Amino acid sequence: MSHAATHDEHHDHGPEAGIMRWIKTTNHKDLGTLYLWFSMIMFFIGGLMSLVIRAELFEPGLQFVQPEFFNQMTTMHALVMIFGGVMPAFVGLANWMIPMMVGCSDLALPRVNNWGFWILPFAFGLLLSTLFMDGGAPAAGWTMYPPLVLQTGDAFPFLIFAIHLMGISSITGAINVIVTILNMRAPQMTLLKMPLFVWSWLITAYLLLAVMPVLAGAVTMLLTDKYFGTSFFTAAGGGDPVMFQHIFWFFGHPEVYILILPAFGIVSTIIPTFARKRLFGYDSMVYAMASIAFLSFIVWAHHMFTVGMPLAAELFFMFATMLIAVPTGVKVFNWIATMWRGSMTFETPMLFALGFVFLFTIGGFSGLMLAIAPVDFQYHDSYFVVAHFHYVLVPGAVFSIIAAIYYWIPKWTGHMYNERLGQIHFWLSAIFINVTFFPQHFAGLAGMPRRIPDYATQFTDWNVISSVGAFVYFVVQFVWAYNMIVNCIMKKGEPATSRVWEGAHGLEWTVPSPAPYHTFEEPPVLDESEVQGAHADEHQHEVQGKPA
Amino acid sequence: MASQSGSYFVPAPTAWPFYLTVGLAVMLYGVAEYLNGNGVGSAPIVIGAAIAIYFIFVWYRGIIQESESGKYSAQVDRTYRWGMSWFIFSEVMFFAAFFGALFYARALSLEWLSGSGDGVLTNAYLWAGFEKEWPSNGPAAMGGDFEIIPPWGVPFLNTLILLTSGVTLTFAHHGLREGAPRGRVVAWMWATVALGCIFLFFQAEEYVLAYQELNLTLESGIYGSTFFMLTGFHGMHVTLGTLMLLIITLRLMKGHFKPDSHFGFEGVAWYWHFVDVVWLGLFVFVYIL
Repeated sequence: MSHAATHDEHHDHGPEAGIMRWIKTTNHKDLGTLYLWFSMIMFFIGGLMSLVIRAELFEPGLQFVQPEFFNQMTTMHALVMIFGGVMPAFVGLANWMIPMMVGCSDLALPRVNNWGFWILPFAFGLLLSTLFMDGGAPAAGWTMYPPLVLQTGDAFPFLIFAIHLMGISSITGAINVIVTILNMRAPQMTLLKMPLFVWSWLITAYLLLAVMPVLAGAVTMLLTDKYFGTSFFTAAGGGDPVMFQHIFWFFGHPEVYILILPAFGIVSTIIPTFARKRLFGYDSMVYAMASIAFLSFIVWAHHMFTVGMPLAAELFFMFATMLIAVPTGVKVFNWIATMWRGSMTFETPMLFALGFVFLFTIGGFSGLMLAIAPVDFQYHDSYFVVAHFHYVLVPGAVFSIIAAIYYWIPKWTGHMYNERLGQIHFWLSAIFINVTFFPQHFAGLAGMPRRIPDYATQFTDWNVISSVGAFVYFVVQFVWAYNMIVNCIMKKGEPATSRVWEGAHGLEWTVPSPAPYHTFEEPPVLDESEVQGAHADEHQHEVQGKPA
Repeated sequence: MASQSGSYFVPAPTAWPFYLTVGLAVMLYGVAEYLNGNGVGSAPIVIGAAIAIYFIFVWYRGIIQESESGKYSAQVDRTYRWGMSWFIFSEVMFFAAFFGALFYARALSLEWLSGSGDGVLTNAYLWAGFEKEWPSNGPAAMGGDFEIIPPWGVPFLNTLILLTSGVTLTFAHHGLREGAPRGRVVAWMWATVALGCIFLFFQAEEYVLAYQELNLTLESGIYGSTFFMLTGFHGMHVTLGTLMLLIITLRLMKGHFKPDSHFGFEGVAWYWHFVDVVWLGLFVFVYIL
């Protein structure tokens, strides 16, 4: 049959030139690149905001900024990092990798994919423009609790509409990912032969579709409460401000798994490569992620233990939350078992993946502490919470993004990064992320509240250490930027082979590096040796442990 | 299931989504400034909405042209089916947020405000003497006394209208699948569109009644909030659904759709049934109970 005839007449094998290439592109690799660049710019902006925060907290008293502006920084830092940094980075990786991993030509809905990306610059344009408005940017925290958030000035509708737009972007992206995975896989790629990164994104996309509309609903209620006289969150009218917290966290808790499940997928891909073994417990990894996704819907109120809930609710949400430690533990033990007696090497992606396993687990344990309702009464809204979620988000989600970029960028650009600079980047990052966030556990346990520009003098030492760590960590990231831009993007590094890593398996390693603009226009034949799961070697058990 | 070889349609680069987003952003900027009372006028709203609507139109026209020129394989058809299913799932979750607010207010907020459970002190100090009731505009009687729309009048009629529209739509679908004369299929479709319009007309009448006679408004406490937001968003979805029905009716008249290939039709039908089911939830939980 004639394949060419079924493609669009404009279909060609290279991109067009100039800015219009990027505006008009429907190519998953172009859009993946755009998502990743956008995310890096947002990481930079959000990082600068965090430095304002850390500079102000370097000493007690007010040094650089007014409290109002400080609150704007904490609020915007969170919104920018969550919705502009981490989520688009994972979507960018999904764009680049999922079609190559499942063996199809592009995402299922390429034009929708373009739309999903181009919404983001406009959404963040609206959001960031509020920094220059009367009353400044939103300052009530990224959780937008009423009634405080209803006191926001001119920024308020911009905040709400920016979130609506981000929601549209996430939903279109999630539909695209789900449909691609369900409908576009190469013929032999059954569900349980998919790479775990693909599985993690399938589950993440489901969570996005389930909860982003709920966030849209919640912020719409805020909008009508402020401008149209509704009483959703006003007790005088029969509503309840606490109701917002319930609706918000029904979104918010699955959201934190949206921020970490793709990271699980990345780490589950990288560790087997550098341990030169198949992933231990592939099936249980899938079931663990599915369990985490299910549990994420019934734990939301552990963010609100101190708000005044009935005892039965406190107990239910406490036990449901602790239950999540079980599937998470399964995953951590599987990663360790994968390395057991492997032929390990420690290239940069592996170092970041190992840093993830170790440091994410610390964040997991502090999460377990916070899950215990009676002690959460002490920890709530303290710096201990800040330390906890930064451990799961920075050496968790962000380390996995860094690991993924080191791991796959030779495939994208055809050139290797400088390994020595990569090692330096890892060790400095790993040290200074701990310098930044570990002391915050102590400050928090001693009673330092979060979202406060000033503090009692007994917290000074921990804050000085934390601020120094933050500044060094920020500067160290430029080592990474240099390495990526000069060696990979500007192609000064060694040329990469198509396999890149000797222990790597998967369809993406069967195409040349850099990957051609269009890959897998014909579905590939899936060689069993490229399959990550145990299902590949149901008939050839000897493969276990054999160096590739 | 994922075995179509080499024939998946990959669209050419296009700036439609970009321009659509420009329109949306300009419109939202305009609405935000309007809400802030900053006097930029309605120009950004009108211009932005016009741009957005124009590019939605252009985008869909492009899809219809591609479909009619036979570019879509069975695999592309499955993509649209999955895509529409998951889109409707996300819409269900959007409504779930507002139903959740309704249930929470009725089962918990009002209960606590009236002093049950941990709400004893709230009631004693802030709203002494307030007793739970439904419908309620809260302890401060926000918006003043109001009456509700009786469920067994026009709302019940509207329920019958929407259910009937589901039936006429299904007749049209069966006709299309069995290759019935085009005129008959189109007639059933016009009946469906008409029922959608009648529903909207009655709904608008009810709103006028509520505002002018019953003093039931958006500001009538939690009852007014949940009533108008739920029925309002539902009404917006019916409006959109009716527009979609109209478009596929016009497409039918132009001879689009084949007995074995008409996802454009089916997608709209799914959406219409979804809107129908949401209404049933509304009728039970907002009007009757």
